[in-house]
Amino acid sequence: MSELTGRSAAELAAMVRSGDVSAVEVTDAHLERIAALDGDVRSFLCLGPEPAREAAARVDAARARGEALGPLAGVPVAVKDMFCTVDLPTTCGSRILDGWRPPYDATVVSRLRAAGAIVIGKTNLDEFAMGSSTENSGFFPTANPWDLGRVPGGSSGGSAAAVAARFAPLALGTDTGGSIRQPAALCGVVGLRPTYGRVSRYGIVAYASSLDQAGPFATTVADTALLLEAMWGHDPRDSTSIPSAPEPLLASLENGVAGLRIGVVEELTDVDGIQPDVRAAVDSARALLEKAGAEVDTVSVPSVEYGLSAYYIIAPAEASSNLARYDGVRYGLRVPAPEVEAMNASTREAGFGAEVKRRIMLGTYALSAGYYDAYYGQAQRVRTLIIRDFARAYERFDALLAPTSPTTAFELGARTSDPLAMYLSDVCTIPTNLTGACAVSVPAGLDAAGLPIGVQVLAPALGEAVLLRAARCLEAGFNFTARPPLGRPEVAA
Amino acid sequence: MSGWETVIGLEVHCELATATKLFCGCPNGFGAEPNTHVCPVCLGLPGSLPVLNQRAVEFALRVGEALHCDIAPESIFHRKNYFYPDMPKNYQISQYDEPVCGNGWLAVGERRIGVERAHLEEDTGKSSHVGGGGGRIHGADHSLVDYNRAGVPLLEIVSKPDLRSPEEARAYVAELRSVLEAIGVSDVKMEEGSLRVDANISLRPTGSETLGTRTEIKNMNSLRSLVRALEYEAGRQAEVLEAGEAVIQETRHWAEEAGRTHSLRSKEESHDYRYFPEPDLVPLMPSAEWRERVRAAMPELPAARRARLIEAWGISEVDAGVLVSTAGLADYAEAAVAAATGDGPGGGDGAGRAVTNWVTGDLLAYLNERGAAPASLPLSPAGLAELVRLVADGTLSRPLAKEVLGAALAGEGGGSPAAIVADRGLAQVSDEGQLAGVVRAVLDTHPAEVERYRSGEDKDRKKLRGFFMGKVMAEMKGRGNPQVLNRLLDETLSGPSSS
Repeated sequence: MSELTGRSAAELAAMVRSGDVSAVEVTDAHLERIAALDGDVRSFLCLGPEPAREAAARVDAARARGEALGPLAGVPVAVKDMFCTVDLPTTCGSRILDGWRPPYDATVVSRLRAAGAIVIGKTNLDEFAMGSSTENSGFFPTANPWDLGRVPGGSSGGSAAAVAARFAPLALGTDTGGSIRQPAALCGVVGLRPTYGRVSRYGIVAYASSLDQAGPFATTVADTALLLEAMWGHDPRDSTSIPSAPEPLLASLENGVAGLRIGVVEELTDVDGIQPDVRAAVDSARALLEKAGAEVDTVSVPSVEYGLSAYYIIAPAEASSNLARYDGVRYGLRVPAPEVEAMNASTREAGFGAEVKRRIMLGTYALSAGYYDAYYGQAQRVRTLIIRDFARAYERFDALLAPTSPTTAFELGARTSDPLAMYLSDVCTIPTNLTGACAVSVPAGLDAAGLPIGVQVLAPALGEAVLLRAARCLEAGFNFTARPPLGRPEVAA
Repeated sequence: MSGWETVIGLEVHCELATATKLFCGCPNGFGAEPNTHVCPVCLGLPGSLPVLNQRAVEFALRVGEALHCDIAPESIFHRKNYFYPDMPKNYQISQYDEPVCGNGWLAVGERRIGVERAHLEEDTGKSSHVGGGGGRIHGADHSLVDYNRAGVPLLEIVSKPDLRSPEEARAYVAELRSVLEAIGVSDVKMEEGSLRVDANISLRPTGSETLGTRTEIKNMNSLRSLVRALEYEAGRQAEVLEAGEAVIQETRHWAEEAGRTHSLRSKEESHDYRYFPEPDLVPLMPSAEWRERVRAAMPELPAARRARLIEAWGISEVDAGVLVSTAGLADYAEAAVAAATGDGPGGGDGAGRAVTNWVTGDLLAYLNERGAAPASLPLSPAGLAELVRLVADGTLSRPLAKEVLGAALAGEGGGSPAAIVADRGLAQVSDEGQLAGVVRAVLDTHPAEVERYRSGEDKDRKKLRGFFMGKVMAEMKGRGNPQVLNRLLDETLSGPSSS
């Protein structure tokens, strides 16, 4: 590992700002590491060495002119391929958008560029973010840097793997049912899903609009805060964007948890099929928080057990509508046919993978006349119930604690033939998406097989500052310094 | 047809004349080069999101006020899902079961026609199908889509099934069009598609309270075709029912040239639109202050304006209707009356009636011939006022005034009737001495006729009276004051014989 890769974003930005190193050198070091090692991991769908070096050169030129640099000046960022980028193709991991070049940047991407960040490439994902292992990518699966025979989680598996492999100190993901937190847990990095409406969705390809939210990946809690502060805030182009200004995060990061009331969610901690190592990590986290002065107790949120069912109605329903636009008429793949309906059908047949088709069919069914109330309507009522249950829990607690994923990384192919087993990977993360609140996954050590475990802190809507204080406490307590064995001779052998 | 009552409900799609589209900043305009008024949002590109145009909402609130609707304190948008190439997202953002305006009415003649709802939605693009299929998609060699219209704001105004005849349906649309024009929310041009009307029509035995099976008629591009289509369809349904058969609930296409409706039998019949709340938009909750501002700024509505003009000018209901229902015509007339009387909308001294006569007569004919709008008339309201004054003060006879008007419309006199009168020497002669001389001279040259007049029967006398007047006017080249001439003729003819 070069002495520039493996450093935190905060460190790199400080080095670029002080002139110790140029942004171009930082960019090149990461590109070199990717060139050397991503052949095994396959975390990137496409790289942008040229635009990345140009952006880095602009940062260096700005510094040379004595201009003030942004908080992410010269810091490479890997971007999940759900975000529109003008200088790189945007495919959503789908053959149907193979080679599509958006004419515009997502708001989040524009903000990161304005903050001096260097978009280094687009990362792999489950097609249209539908999946929990990145195996549903229309192009190729991504491996977990900790064990190349295992999945990195998903759907933002490429971003999580890229950060774990130190290909970039920061990455962007989207989290519709756990797609940031679950891969963060499986790859041993920090991943945060912000409050719905805190981060603009403009320019992020929609999967399930009422659940989608973009968020940061990083190796440290401080970097997570740094990236989130650069991403979030009101965007007039997104009607669901929250108008109020977010509170600063870095300032309160070291405020500790003394006096915070934290509840351990029984239903999520004792969820069916939970791996004992993971269960034990939650207990350790509880002990760390108590030691740091938090008041911890268990709490019951009974309706969370319906979360998965509700999610698999609402998300596919919205997806069936959001994905209708991929019809071969305006952009992306077109499979010619004599009539327009046949062209639509053959394009979608050829362009979408099995899981995407499954969810489009599920969602179409759930919205159909005569079934709407029994499925979509019922799922929305369950959603309301879960929101109420969490609100009740937050009357007693400032934050909640739970596992991120019931298990650590599973083997490639282990769940591909069993969609329900795959869906269960997200059982602990989905409730946050249904309530629109925020949550973060923090590394909590390794299991017996040497695979990373994640624990999750949940907070009510707009509770990111509390969330990160608790996360910082866990980070300090777990002192997770292990790194994937990637590139070491003994692993390569 | 006797024994049946016709029941009609109308869905009017009104394009709102906002500067920009409903969910993006693209210009909302007719006639631009294809695909030049587009952006990621109205093209439905991946990642794009809609933001509701507040001006369109304000227009909807105005319509709600004008139609006495309940304004929903909270309304939401839904997605209407179906595949069509001119719909960029393959769903239309529309309001469904919670529209912005509900439960209103519009007075048509003596009746109040219920308005079920008025809701906002986005328009689609426009397809054109080239070669083979005769302009239809099936059989075409290829199709082109213009997305300039995609995302243009529409307000769909749905009436209750309260209309009882094709003629009443026509009157409803005409009144609605006047209202929409008066409150400035739309161009209301049926021919250009900024006002589109679909009709639901059914028959039931006279006296029955239950509704019969309805058909929906589409593709009526003028008020005339609306009436024709409804008359045809009512007749068709009556034949079906009288033959003991049942009307099939379906959508039917009005074919203007053929003069008949035919079943569309399209897949549209079996569409399940899978409506669900649009997650990309937040509920529309117009504040009480906003609604109050809209209410306070409402202009005078056509019904009130008609009543005011009838009262102030003493004109007929028919004339008031013509003035108010023709875009811009009442504005023109009111400006002319104000100029003629030198004050506000007075006109009680006859100027209102005089202006109305000119406007609904010669000027409207001129406009209709050219398909032009009053604002484009070569004669300004002040010019018309001048003409009215010239007639009122006896300078111009009515026939000569008509001539002057024609000249003014042809661009003569720089738009000033007085200048035309001066240029052409048309000023009316009222001088009694001069006119008496002419009368005397004419009678002197026609002694036989004078004799016949004096001894003849009433019928003959009337004819001869007209003959003398014609001769005198010819001598005067039409400029003689007819009142003075009439009096002088009477006096002279009843006086002692001159020969």
